[in-house]
Amino acid sequence: MIPAAFDYQKASSVEEAVGLLKEHGMDAKILAGGHSLIPAMKLRLNQPGILIDISGISELNGIKVDGNTLVIGANTTHGAIAKSAEVASSAPVLAATAGVIGDVQIRNKGTIGGSIAHADPAADWPAALIACNSSIEVMGSGGSRTIAAADFFVGIYETALEDGEVIVAIHVPKVPGTAGSAYEKFFQPASRFAIVGCAAVLEMKDNFCTSARVAFTGVADTAFLDEKVSAALENQTLDDATIKAASELAASDAEILGDHFASEEYRQHLAKVFAERAIRAAIANA
Amino acid sequence: MKKQINLTVNGKAYSHEVEPRTLLVHYLRDTLRLTGTHVGCDTSSCGSCTILMDGQAVKCCSLLAVQADGANITTIEGLAENGTLHPLQEGFREEHGLQCGFCTPGMIMTAADLLSNNADPSEEEIRHALEGNFCRCTGYHNIVKSIQYAANKINKKEVVS
Amino acid sequence: MTKMIGKSVKRVEDKRFITGKGQYTDDIILPNMVYAHFVRSPYAHAKILSVDTAEALAHPGVIAVYTGADVAEVNGVPCGWQVNFKSGETMKEPKHPLLVVNKARHAGDAVAVVIAESKEAARDAVDLVEVDYEELDAVVDPKKAAEDGAPLVHEDAPNNICFDWELGNPKEEVDAAIAGSAHVTTLEFANQRVIPNAIEPRSYIGDYDVAHDKYTLYTSTQNPHLIRLLLCAFVLGIPEHKVRVVSKDVGGGFGSKIFHYAEEALVTWIAKELGRPVKWTADRSEAFLTDAHGRDHVTKAEMGFDEEGNITGLRIKTYAAMGGYLSTFAPAVPTYLHGTLLQGLYTTPKIHVDVVATFTHTCAVDAYRGAGRPEATYLLERMLDTAALEMGMDPAELRFKNFIPAFNGVDEEGYVTNVALQYDSGNYHPVLQRALEMVGYEDFRKEQAAARENGKLLGIGFSTYIEACGIAPSAVVGALGARAGLFEVSQVRVQPTGMVSVYTGAHSHGQGHETTFAQVVADKFGIPLEHVDIVHGDSDSVAFGMGTYGSRSLAVGGSALVKSIEKVIEKGTKIAAHVLEAAEDDLEFADGKWTVKGTDKSIGFGDVSLTAYVPHNYPAGLEPGLDFSSFYDPTNFTYPFGAHIAIVEVDKDTGKVSLKRFIAVDDVGNVINPMIVDGQIHGGVVQGVGQAMFEQAHYDEDGQLITGSYMDYAMPRADDIPMIETDRTTTPCPHNPLGVKGAGEAGAIGSTPAVVNAVMDALSPFGVKNLSMPLTSESVWRAMNS
Repeated sequence: MIPAAFDYQKASSVEEAVGLLKEHGMDAKILAGGHSLIPAMKLRLNQPGILIDISGISELNGIKVDGNTLVIGANTTHGAIAKSAEVASSAPVLAATAGVIGDVQIRNKGTIGGSIAHADPAADWPAALIACNSSIEVMGSGGSRTIAAADFFVGIYETALEDGEVIVAIHVPKVPGTAGSAYEKFFQPASRFAIVGCAAVLEMKDNFCTSARVAFTGVADTAFLDEKVSAALENQTLDDATIKAASELAASDAEILGDHFASEEYRQHLAKVFAERAIRAAIANA
Repeated sequence: MKKQINLTVNGKAYSHEVEPRTLLVHYLRDTLRLTGTHVGCDTSSCGSCTILMDGQAVKCCSLLAVQADGANITTIEGLAENGTLHPLQEGFREEHGLQCGFCTPGMIMTAADLLSNNADPSEEEIRHALEGNFCRCTGYHNIVKSIQYAANKINKKEVVS
Repeated sequence: MTKMIGKSVKRVEDKRFITGKGQYTDDIILPNMVYAHFVRSPYAHAKILSVDTAEALAHPGVIAVYTGADVAEVNGVPCGWQVNFKSGETMKEPKHPLLVVNKARHAGDAVAVVIAESKEAARDAVDLVEVDYEELDAVVDPKKAAEDGAPLVHEDAPNNICFDWELGNPKEEVDAAIAGSAHVTTLEFANQRVIPNAIEPRSYIGDYDVAHDKYTLYTSTQNPHLIRLLLCAFVLGIPEHKVRVVSKDVGGGFGSKIFHYAEEALVTWIAKELGRPVKWTADRSEAFLTDAHGRDHVTKAEMGFDEEGNITGLRIKTYAAMGGYLSTFAPAVPTYLHGTLLQGLYTTPKIHVDVVATFTHTCAVDAYRGAGRPEATYLLERMLDTAALEMGMDPAELRFKNFIPAFNGVDEEGYVTNVALQYDSGNYHPVLQRALEMVGYEDFRKEQAAARENGKLLGIGFSTYIEACGIAPSAVVGALGARAGLFEVSQVRVQPTGMVSVYTGAHSHGQGHETTFAQVVADKFGIPLEHVDIVHGDSDSVAFGMGTYGSRSLAVGGSALVKSIEKVIEKGTKIAAHVLEAAEDDLEFADGKWTVKGTDKSIGFGDVSLTAYVPHNYPAGLEPGLDFSSFYDPTNFTYPFGAHIAIVEVDKDTGKVSLKRFIAVDDVGNVINPMIVDGQIHGGVVQGVGQAMFEQAHYDEDGQLITGSYMDYAMPRADDIPMIETDRTTTPCPHNPLGVKGAGEAGAIGSTPAVVNAVMDALSPFGVKNLSMPLTSESVWRAMNS
């Protein structure tokens, strides 16, 4: 398996990467860890004329806490996020999510920025980032802007990134200490992507839920915040009946995918099961 | 247009001009003739190409050689030190952790990453760590035992020293 | 000298593998080598209207592009086994060209091959070959293929039927036995198509030495001599002594590397055309599309029982896919390796099996670990557990009741089946008994009942199997249609210093022959293991042998080895007698020396070896040297057997199946190296579990392989599998000198139905009786919710 020939340039700053993107237009692709892009290039599903390697840009790497926000550089690997003490304390659901992406080798090299830019509908990050109410900081030739995670994922392999924009960081509001969160995933047995992945972030006061964000990946063309499930939990005492009733609403507004591994009907069912599992796990660790 | 790369492989410095599209696994196998690192699939699934890059297990069939510029790489050929087998290599032999041998280098390198992060893994942790490596011969049973053997050996040594 | 046989000696071959020094075919780079990449049909069935290679040829680095027209004069790939129609008519055997000319018959069929200076250039130019296809309707199901109006794979095979075939008691007798039964269990199911997936993809290098007019083919094969024979005598028509076939380290085979593939012949042929070595290594995507697949049966089975639960009769109708072309041993698999095994371990008095083999627009189907025997075992063992459930009997008890009584093949005759075999030796109660003890059967049933109370679904499944391996007496397989003999060869070359080089026609691609065979030699000669070297996989150094498949290496190859060892000892005795000035009858050979009985006069193995090559003081008339070859043709198959038990848990919410425990008690006859035998069982079990739970070559109706990569074809991973609990009983094979039966396939044969039966047991509260493999979460969930 050999990719089609391409040119390669290593950028040393975000500005340089943006400049190169502008110069080469549609012919260029950003290379971060390469773990989504290179396999696609080997299969020649993707044949860019030039790769702009951003892996050496130090400002894109690392995890820091900025006041009430956790800032994860786009080049941070899944593995680094899974192991990060800052993430574990500020947004534990992201650590949990990072730990079930791919396998250890992929987590060691694949990056959060690369993964979300690829926007695989069965990827794990989108549900967790949406549930955490994160936003994506991007930079283009016109400067930088942030996009809410819930608006970022537009369709299958499609994001709200404009041509020429590079992902810089993911901003995640710190999950309050009173909140519980969880990511529960039903693995596709071959690829181990998510057939259904459900992330839940619940702010709790004893048994009472003051705020709920439940999001799904794998279920539809793109990850989404399930407003019905979230609304059915918010401002409720989360007893058994409430949890069950909320879970029953899972993905009820979504256009559900069907494929070789899970029909529409089964996926819808799994969305309910994994909503319930994620909600219960979130409550348990609140 | 070819690019210059400088890297260290198994403790030795190399410098080559490579095509940007040259995969790291092909560079190791064809240019450096380190053929212990294998290619078993197209989709980063099988783990046969696992090496250590700056101490971490990675699948080098999904990396470009240019991405390894400046890196410190260890392949299966570089694991034994001064002719003494690494405890994992010894473990695989002692516990019959290989049959055809094709997946073995990738298994060993993945296990090396595991043991560097977790010196005393449980069976479950070992099995989880191997989720990115296929073996079609052993049913994984003796691979798990081989890694347990190595962990025991390493831990014992540490206690002694 | 400590005995080596029966010891878990660590493997000799491991050192090179654990240090990255193995040499697989793709590791070889020859000077001046060029690279091949294939243009493959994206359609399952299509007319090829034109192939335009001009642009590809113009691409920098491209040396040649060959199409079907260029190799039209070359013969196709032959089939090595002929099965005739019931009518006596010869099976349909359409040509399998090296590159297709007019029509592609499965997705991945090779249309052209690009040869270039680099693999990059070859790959790039593949996209520049313009093929104009006219897509045609396809058929992928082996049963639907035989229906009127189904698209034809080959115009000269009406209804896509390759052959039909039957075996067993007269059909009327079986019909009557089943009609008169108190209970009849009927199941219809598919034994789904799976893909072998040896982790090393196929790889070949053709080389031609014009100075010596000699070809060398480096190939990832399980049987180098067979490849040489087929390549020379059938495909390329070149003299066999002018071809060397080398297969050094091979990264697993599981059957898929037995067969002669078109790419092997092409690289060899092109090497001479171009005067340069040609390498081709399959991408995994190509492996999915072109490595011969396994199984793919659609079966209806009916089994009758009397009121006590004794089996009264068995009636089988199976449609078996051959794929788009006949692969090397394809016709033998659903017939002589499947129909003949339907007696199982049971006293079933009447059996009839009817097989229809059909062409489909899919990759060829051939032997895959177990080959026919897993299909037979799956069928029988699903019937037994289903019948037990239907009759309200315990599945273990039902088996005990129907087991053939013990026979050792020496004092008692071998058991003659209703389906053309005579079992060598068997003792079936103890394996199941032991497995029940290991699993703690009574306790498990209690645990299961308690779990059900708590809404947790546990299940237990049984499988007691027999297989026929050590394939096989040449005269027998010849009568059954094999176009080759199935003996094995060995050469034991004692060097002057007493070191021993052994050349075997068996081929190791994971089985550990360099260790096991050396153990036998070291033991018999009383010399250290390090004094023995095992050579295999090179047709220039090894005499014509048959290779490794069908769990035959030790039973057949090991027997050939023992024959040569005995010849060495016999000649050594003559030399020793001369040197010791004693009569041959007065000598005994033990612990590496010949001793005059009752004295301390002796001569060691090394001294006798040296004398043989420095024959100064030497028996008159005796040839110098100590070097013997032997061919061994077995008198019967060997018949390993065993009992496997699986325990599973089903997640009620999702249908996901988890394998909690797996117990395997196998009887493979005598064991040379228990560690290696256990390893074979572990691996076989997990492959069988893979078929039950994960794997499926799923073609859509257009003949596209939906599960054509590891992103879609699920295989067992380390965290899907528990430790495998193994034990053994030992019933020696009475007809070979080592008493061994073979262990390579046992695990894969026994395990699949055990897992499926366990899931059915878990689902029994839902009234579910039958589910198709693989047992996907969705299918299990649907079964619980329908």
